Amino acid sequence: MQLWERTAADVASLIASKEVSAAEVTESCISRTNEVEGDVLSYLTLTPEAARAKAAEVDSAVAAGDPLGPLAGVPMALKDIICTQGTRTTAASKILDNYIPPYSATVAERLYAAGGTMLGKTNLDEFAMGSSTENSAYQITKNPWDLERVPGGSSGGSASAVAAGQAPFSIGTDTGGSIRQPAALCGVVGLKPTYGLVPRYGLIAFASSLDQAGPITRDVRDAAIVLQVIAGQDPRDSTSLPSPVPDYVGALAKGIDGLRIGVVKEISGEGVDPAVQARFREAVQLLEKLGAKIGEVSLSTFGFGIDIYYLIAPAEASSNLARFDGVRYGLRVDGPDVATMNSLTRAAGFGPEVKRRIMLGTYSLSSGYYDAYYLKAQKARTLIARDFARAYEEFDLLVSPTAPTTAFKLGEKTQDPLTMYLSDICTVPSSLAGAAAISVPAGLSSDDGLPVGIQFMARPMDETTMLSAAYAFEQELGPLPKPPLWSTS
Amino acid sequence: MSTTEAPDLVTTIGLEVHVELKTSTKMFCGCPVGFGGEPNTRVCPVCLGHPGTLPTMNEKAVEYTTKIAMALGCDIAPRSIFHRKNYFYPDMPKNYQISQYDLPVGERGSLEVEVDGEFYTVGITRAHLEEDTGKSIHVGGGGRIHDADYSLEDFNRAGTPLVEIVSEPDITSPAIARAYATELRAILEYLGVSDVRMEEGSMRVDANISVAPPGERGKKVEIKNMNSLRSVYRALEYEERRQREVLRAGGTVTQSTRHWDEKAAKTKELRTKEEAFDYRYFPEPDLVPLEPAVEWLRQLREEQPELPIERAKRYERKLGLTPYDAGVLRSTKALGDLFEEALASAKKADAKQVSNWVTNDLMSVLAAVPEGTKNPPLTGSNLAELVDMVAEGALSKSQGQQVLTKMVETGLGAREIAEESGIKQVSDEGALEEAIDAALAANPDVAERLRSGDNKPFGFLMGEVMKATKGQGNPKVVSGLIRRKLIHPD
Repeated sequence: MQLWERTAADVASLIASKEVSAAEVTESCISRTNEVEGDVLSYLTLTPEAARAKAAEVDSAVAAGDPLGPLAGVPMALKDIICTQGTRTTAASKILDNYIPPYSATVAERLYAAGGTMLGKTNLDEFAMGSSTENSAYQITKNPWDLERVPGGSSGGSASAVAAGQAPFSIGTDTGGSIRQPAALCGVVGLKPTYGLVPRYGLIAFASSLDQAGPITRDVRDAAIVLQVIAGQDPRDSTSLPSPVPDYVGALAKGIDGLRIGVVKEISGEGVDPAVQARFREAVQLLEKLGAKIGEVSLSTFGFGIDIYYLIAPAEASSNLARFDGVRYGLRVDGPDVATMNSLTRAAGFGPEVKRRIMLGTYSLSSGYYDAYYLKAQKARTLIARDFARAYEEFDLLVSPTAPTTAFKLGEKTQDPLTMYLSDICTVPSSLAGAAAISVPAGLSSDDGLPVGIQFMARPMDETTMLSAAYAFEQELGPLPKPPLWSTS
Repeated sequence: MSTTEAPDLVTTIGLEVHVELKTSTKMFCGCPVGFGGEPNTRVCPVCLGHPGTLPTMNEKAVEYTTKIAMALGCDIAPRSIFHRKNYFYPDMPKNYQISQYDLPVGERGSLEVEVDGEFYTVGITRAHLEEDTGKSIHVGGGGRIHDADYSLEDFNRAGTPLVEIVSEPDITSPAIARAYATELRAILEYLGVSDVRMEEGSMRVDANISVAPPGERGKKVEIKNMNSLRSVYRALEYEERRQREVLRAGGTVTQSTRHWDEKAAKTKELRTKEEAFDYRYFPEPDLVPLEPAVEWLRQLREEQPELPIERAKRYERKLGLTPYDAGVLRSTKALGDLFEEALASAKKADAKQVSNWVTNDLMSVLAAVPEGTKNPPLTGSNLAELVDMVAEGALSKSQGQQVLTKMVETGLGAREIAEESGIKQVSDEGALEEAIDAALAANPDVAERLRSGDNKPFGFLMGEVMKATKGQGNPKVVSGLIRRKLIHPD
C-alpha cells in the first residue's frame, strides 16, 4: 500500500511511531497529486513548498520527542473559500483572483496547530453556489469515478482530491449540502457539523446562517478525528456554541444496537433515482441487521426545503457579497465614477450563477416583498426545525439517501438551474434546521456503478450518536471498491 | 424666539442625533477608537470588511448605549437585535451597516428642556446602537462623489460605535431644538460615554422640519451638516423662515434633504425623496440577540450619575442658588463637580460666594481655555482656598481675580501664587491712615471739598491711596477711614 492511499489516522500513527517520516508522506501525496491532477483538476492552488516545510517541522518535532498534534504530518486540502494567510484564496471567483488573505480562518489555524500539512486549495462552485463545481470561474473538476462526470458541489475539489488519492482528507463547507452531496457522488465520507459547532471565522460567507465547515475523509474514523480538531467555540464567531466538545473518536465504538432510526419518507422515495433508492433500502436493511429499530417518518415540511433555502440563502448572499466592490481588495475595473467602477467590477468579477442569486436575494429582501418572501421563508424554516424536533421524539437518528442521483454528466444540468437546485433536496432540511448530518458510502448503483451515499441526520450537537451509527454501518458494509483512477499508479 | 409673524403656521421639528461612543476599541473588532491620525492606521481585516471576517460585540458599547437609554427614560428592550442596512458607499467596508431596526436597545423615553423659563418635554422615539462608517475625500470635480476625479478612503473611523437617538417630532421652535441638543449633550457628557465634540463629529445632529397650518401635515425637510449648537439653531431658523415664505406665497415645500451652508447661512437642496433608498434591512445573522440580565440592568441604574437637570434642581432647592447660577454650574459635569468640591473644602465662604466665583470670575477666565468648562485646570480645594482668602479679607476681590487667572494658567494654589507674587491686602489702619494723610497733604483741596459735602473727589482719593499702597490697601478699610476722617467725623 502506498502512503497516499492511507487514511489520516494511519498516516498520523505511522509518523508518530517513526515508521515513516512526514516528509515521505508529503512527497507521496505530492507525487500522487501531480500524477492525477491533470485528469481531475481538484486544486486551484497547490502549495507543495509550504507542505514540505510543515512536514520538516513535524519531523523535527518527532526527532526531538516533542508532543505531536493529532494530525501531525497528515497532508490535507482546504476548500478555496477558507482564508489562508499568505496563500491566495479565491472562492473560485474572478473577483478574488488576486486576493491573498491577511489572516487565516480559525479552522485552518486549528488544523495547522494539530500538525496538518496543507497541500493546496481546492476547487468549488464560485462562492460555494452550485451542486456540481461547474460554476467555478477557473476549471471543471472531474469525478475520479468517471472523468465525464461531475464530482458534485460545491466542495467538488475537496471531494475529488480525497477520492482520487491526492490527500487523505480535506475540508469542505456546507450551506445546503455542499459537503455531503459531493462526498456521496465521489464515494467518500462528508460531515456537516451542527451550526455553531465549527467556527465560521475566515470562511468567505455565502449564507451566514447556514454555512458550516466540515471534514471530507475516506472513512468515518477520520471524520471524527478531524471534527475533534476543528470543533469548539471561537470568541471571533459570536454564533459559535459554548458547549464543550465531546470525545468523538471515543464514541465511535458505541454502535447502532437499540438505536431508533427513522427513514424520512419525503426525501427517500419520490424524486430519488430508483437505483439510488434500491441501494438505500439495502443500507437500511443493514442498519436493521445491526440492531437498529427502523421506522418510517413523514415530515411534510421537508418537501418545501428547496423553496425555503432558495429564499434565505440568496438573501444573505446578496448582502454578504456586497463587499466585493473593487474598493479595498480583489478585482477592480475602473470607471468614470465610484458607482460605475463598482458596477463594472461586479459585472466582470461575478459569474452567472452568483449574479442570479444576488438578484434573487435582493428581490426577496426588497421593501414590499420582504414579508412575502424572506420573512415567510424564515417562518417556514422554524417549521422544519419543529418537524425535526417532533421526529426526534420518536427516533434517535433519521436517514435518507444523500443525493437523489449518482454523479451526473458534465454539462447535463448547467442549462437548467432548477434541476440543479434539486440535487440538494435531501441535504437542505438539516441545513435549515442547523442540525448535524453525515454522508457515508452505501455501495455502488447497480445502474451505472457509481457511488451512492446514505445520509445520517442527528439532533443538533448529537454528532456522537451520528458518528457511532455511521461507523458501525461502515464497518459492517466493508470497504467500497476503489475508483478506476486509483489504479493508474 | 423664532419667527412669530405667521401664527397660523405651526413648526414641527424632530432631531436625529448620532453620538460616537468613547470606548477604547471599535464596535466589532479590537482596533482602537480615536480621532484623526494617519489614514488607515487603526484598521484590521474585520473593520476593513475582508472576506470571511465576523463581527464580535463590544460589551462596553452595549453598556454605554443602555446607560444613555436609561438616562433618557427609555424602556430597555429585554431582547434587542441587530439588522443589516444595505447600501453601497465606498467608505462603508461591507457595503452594509450593522445597525438596529425594529428592536433597538431603548424606546419611548423623554427629555425635559427649558427655554426662557418655560419647560418642554420632548419624546425620545428610540436609542439604538450601530457602527460608524469611514471617511471619504472626493478629490477634483465639485468635491462630490459623482463628479470627483478620484476618491480617497480613510477607514480609521469605520466601526466606531455610534448611538443614534431619535426624538419624536415634538419640537415646535428652533430654540427648543437647540435646548434639546444642548441638554442631550450635557447628559452624554455627564454619563461619560462620549466626547460629544460636534466640531470633530463625535456628536452629529440632523433635523427634520416641516411647517403647516395647525392640524395639517407639512412636507418633511431633512437638514444635514449642522456642526455646532449655534448652527442647529441658525439652520432651523433659516429653514423655518424659508418654508413659511414658500407657503405664504402660495407655494408648496418639496420633501427633500438639504445641506446647511454655514458661510452662506443658507440650506441648499441635496436630493428629493423620490431618490429614497431601499435599505433591505434584515436581521444580522452573524450576531446573537442582546438579552441584558435583570441584575446587570439594576446595577447600571444604581451607577447612573445625577443628571444635569436633577443637579440644577438640587442647587436651587438645597443651596438656594438662582436658576441662572444653577444652570451655569450644571452645564458640564466637571464644572458642577468643581463647585461641589470647592464648597466642601471652603472654610469660610458659603454656597452663594463659591457659586459667584465659578459662574462669574472662573467662567470668564475659562472662556480663553479650549474645552475649559469640560476640563477646568484647577482643583476644587484650590478654588476654595482662593474664595476663603477673599472672604477673610486676605485678598481683595480684584486681587482674587488676578490670582484666579494665574491659578488657571499655572495650576498652582491660591496662597502659593499670592505669596510668590506678593499679592496681599493691607488692612492695618495705622499704615493706611498714613497713606491717606500723605494723599490729603499733597491735595489740600480734596479734603476741603469732602468736608463740605462734595463727594466727587472720593474716588480720586481712593485711587491715590491704592496707588500709594501698590494696590494692596483693603478698599473697605480705606473707604471706612476716609469716611470717618472727613465725611462723618464722630
